[in-house]
Amino acid sequence: MKKILLVGNPNVGKSVFFSRLTGADVIVSNYPGTTVDFTKGAMRLEGEKVEIIDVPGTYSLEPTSEAEKVAVKMLEEGDLIINVVDSTNLERNLYLTLELLERRTPVIVALNLWDDAKHRGIKIDAKKLEKLLGTPVVPTVATTGEGFKELVSRIKEAKIPRKRHLSERRRWAEVGAITREVSRITHRHHTIWERFSDLTVKPITGIPIAALVIIASFAFVRFVGEGLINYIFDPLFDLYKPIAMDLSDLLGGSGILHDILIGELVDGGIDYMQSFGLLTTGIYIPFAAVLPYIIAFYAVLSFLEDSGYLPRLGTLTDNLFHRLGMHGYGIVPLFLGIGCNVPGALSTRVFETRKQRFISATLLGIAVPCMAQISMIFGALGGYGIWPIAIVFLTLFAIYIIFGLLMNKFVPGESPEIFLEVPPYRRPSGRAMMKKVWMRVRWFLRDALPWLFSGVVIVNVLYSVGVLDALSNAAAPFMEGWFGLPGAASLALLAGFLRKDLAVGMLLPLSMSAMQLVIAVTVLAIYFPCVATFAVLFRELGWRDLLKSTLIMIGTAVLVGGIMRVILLGV
Amino acid sequence: MEIRLIDLKPGVAARVLRLEGGRGFQRHLRTRGIREGKRISLLTKQPGGPLVVRVDNTQLAIGRGMANRVIVEVGK
Repeated sequence: MKKILLVGNPNVGKSVFFSRLTGADVIVSNYPGTTVDFTKGAMRLEGEKVEIIDVPGTYSLEPTSEAEKVAVKMLEEGDLIINVVDSTNLERNLYLTLELLERRTPVIVALNLWDDAKHRGIKIDAKKLEKLLGTPVVPTVATTGEGFKELVSRIKEAKIPRKRHLSERRRWAEVGAITREVSRITHRHHTIWERFSDLTVKPITGIPIAALVIIASFAFVRFVGEGLINYIFDPLFDLYKPIAMDLSDLLGGSGILHDILIGELVDGGIDYMQSFGLLTTGIYIPFAAVLPYIIAFYAVLSFLEDSGYLPRLGTLTDNLFHRLGMHGYGIVPLFLGIGCNVPGALSTRVFETRKQRFISATLLGIAVPCMAQISMIFGALGGYGIWPIAIVFLTLFAIYIIFGLLMNKFVPGESPEIFLEVPPYRRPSGRAMMKKVWMRVRWFLRDALPWLFSGVVIVNVLYSVGVLDALSNAAAPFMEGWFGLPGAASLALLAGFLRKDLAVGMLLPLSMSAMQLVIAVTVLAIYFPCVATFAVLFRELGWRDLLKSTLIMIGTAVLVGGIMRVILLGV
Repeated sequence: MEIRLIDLKPGVAARVLRLEGGRGFQRHLRTRGIREGKRISLLTKQPGGPLVVRVDNTQLAIGRGMANRVIVEVGK
């Protein structure tokens, strides 16, 4: 199959462009041997199916980060390049264009964000540019689809113009000359969005706005998540309950198979949060307790990403993150990690140095619970009012800050400064956002469900054969003595290695006090990442750093759990 | 008058004169828009944090250490 590559600077609307070209069948792949992900899809071109690859954004072909290195490598494999150019920043974008034209792959140029350029009083003579570059140039607006018909129909005209290889200085000179010849800028006033943009990046107004945005985001997640549960998922599971009960009767109401599939009956019926069978709790937790919040969270996150707000938040918080040994990009692994630690850990690659990646990944493992875990924490503690939940999150926040400060001091290496483009605000395309949310939700379903199901099965089997009881008795002195928790809570800690949401679920039948639950879920959040995250961290950090990171996590869990016992339980 | 980008006042028009540092550093800045001859202005400084500058239609957040190595000319 022919491969068409989408290549361009970051923030040129490439992902919207990508979702406009491709159908529903989109997959995220990992570039072999690296931690860089790219998106792949397909389209029909003159009756032939071709592969479309969204190459990570890059400013030049002389890479400055791992993502850019991958971008350059991927160029080797393409049959054709669509160079997506930001029309509002023609000059900066043309540098990459010229570099691409010096290579041996045919290139077609899309002048994207054409409407934006018009609003800004920028006039570009596309015909003239086409003549100067020696390959087709087509104005496009990815959000509306304007220009796409022409672009697709002209793909076959894409040429290898065989430009001479220039030195950096000469290339910039040529970029300057071309820009002067094809574009004209007429004066215009600040738009209301630009005024708003200034307000959101100036500290005096920006910090209060950031606080509002974060509060509003979480309020939205809670509101939508709860709404989905109350009006869609719970009613569906109510319909399903009689079927599960019939199955329970069919299995005779007890026995190993019944324990595995249905679990334990509570007061003669199925309790979705406590029965713990594969076909009861095993599907209720992922679909009705966790999925609704995941959907809501990723909707918010995609909005913050696509609107361009995230880089502003990164700029505003840079000072804080810099003290923790990272810089403003740290907001990205943090936010992604709240959705799911796995993409969070993957995204630590935005950092330049090993020190930054180590700190960011370790803090993610210690102090950032994922949405699955958060929804279960809300489920478990929600009935006790706001304080128990607040204690959990304030503790985790304090740990994040304290350990960041400590690691910044003691982890060797450098923490380079932030250097980040703050793109203009753009109205997110509903289509591209939906696709993104769907991709992420699908990832959760595909990669998280197997762990959850196998967790339920393993726990039930071990339980049936008595291993867990023995273990819980053996761990009881430590659990009771140090954390103030019943011995059986150790089972949850073990299962937490598979899935944290499952583990929180396992705490519920233990009839603990609210403060005991607070200690248990906090320790659960800190002590170890789930196995999926662990695997990514292994790839990301290497075993030596992962071992260090793990020791820090376990040490912190023991320490913090002990301190919480003294403070919260008073024993 | 030649000053360092870090000392530029908000709203004052300036022009990039030189970049001080290795080739990699210079290229890094140029490909993102901070290049000799470009008009540059300061939008804001985060307390203890990066500067936000404007070059052409691009806004960039740039750390103080880096901004200290960009020499600009003002008042001409």
